[in-house]
Amino acid sequence: MSEAEKRKRIINSSEGNGEVRNRQNGQSSCGVQRLTRLALMTALAMILSYVESLIPFYAGFPGIKLGLANLVIVLLLYTGTIGEALVVSCMRILLTGFLFGNLYSMLFSLSGGLISLLVMWLIRKIPGFGVMGVSIAGGVAHNMAQLAVAVLVVETYQLVVYFPVLLAAGTLTGAGIGILAAVLLERAKLLRRS
Amino acid sequence: MKRKDLILFAVLLLLAGVSFIISRMMPEKSDARLEITIDGESYGSYSLGDDQTIKIGSTNVCRIENGVVTMTEADCPDHICVKTKPIDRKGGSIVCLPNRVVLKIIGTNASDEEPEVIAG
Repeated sequence: MSEAEKRKRIINSSEGNGEVRNRQNGQSSCGVQRLTRLALMTALAMILSYVESLIPFYAGFPGIKLGLANLVIVLLLYTGTIGEALVVSCMRILLTGFLFGNLYSMLFSLSGGLISLLVMWLIRKIPGFGVMGVSIAGGVAHNMAQLAVAVLVVETYQLVVYFPVLLAAGTLTGAGIGILAAVLLERAKLLRRS
Repeated sequence: MKRKDLILFAVLLLLAGVSFIISRMMPEKSDARLEITIDGESYGSYSLGDDQTIKIGSTNVCRIENGVVTMTEADCPDHICVKTKPIDRKGGSIVCLPNRVVLKIIGTNASDEEPEVIAG
């Protein structure tokens, strides 16, 4: 085997400790690089969470949020694996919850985040849906999950009157996040689509 | 923006609009009262006709004035209950989640029938 071929083999394997590429999506799967990348994403999500907490947003309903941090999750969905998205989402929710929130807000966030991730992953699998659709579906799912949790927690079915507001808010914020994500995926060289 | 995305967007907004219109069309309850529950257990039931200030446990205070209910004080950190739009005869609820306090309008309106929610 020639020198060039040998070098190619090392670079393409996951044993080398130089630039290592996951063959599937062009993102690094080598331990340290992946850790750093995910840590950065988590930190970014936390910052977005914090910025969002500075913006007053009330649908007359406790626990409802704009979901800006989901931007990171959507990006991760398109540039990484579902496992990475799940980990970053959970880490962000737990850390943000301990830092800024209380037990209830964490419960809401967790249910919203997990359900929305599941829905986004499923929608993404359906051909014909782009980043916008995935993001919109995620936003709506997030809010619906939060509504369901709220109804269960306070045992008041009447909360369902908030359904229209939450549906509209989820759709609009999802669309906004979708636009941001689409633009970022296209232009940011750091993000490579899978 | 792909075609399916746009369709999804439009359908969801349409759904929101329709459900909103339906909720607005709900008739007012004739004998509306304010029911306060803490942790799911009934704390009290009050007529909307009398102006009064009600202390709820040691954590919240609400006020009924001109048939409108507002949460005026709460010791929770986020105060979302205080910022929630006031509720009146038409129905609705104000919730203080950290304190598990729920202010709800009840009446003889059939749509108010709550299914038994058994929280596990």
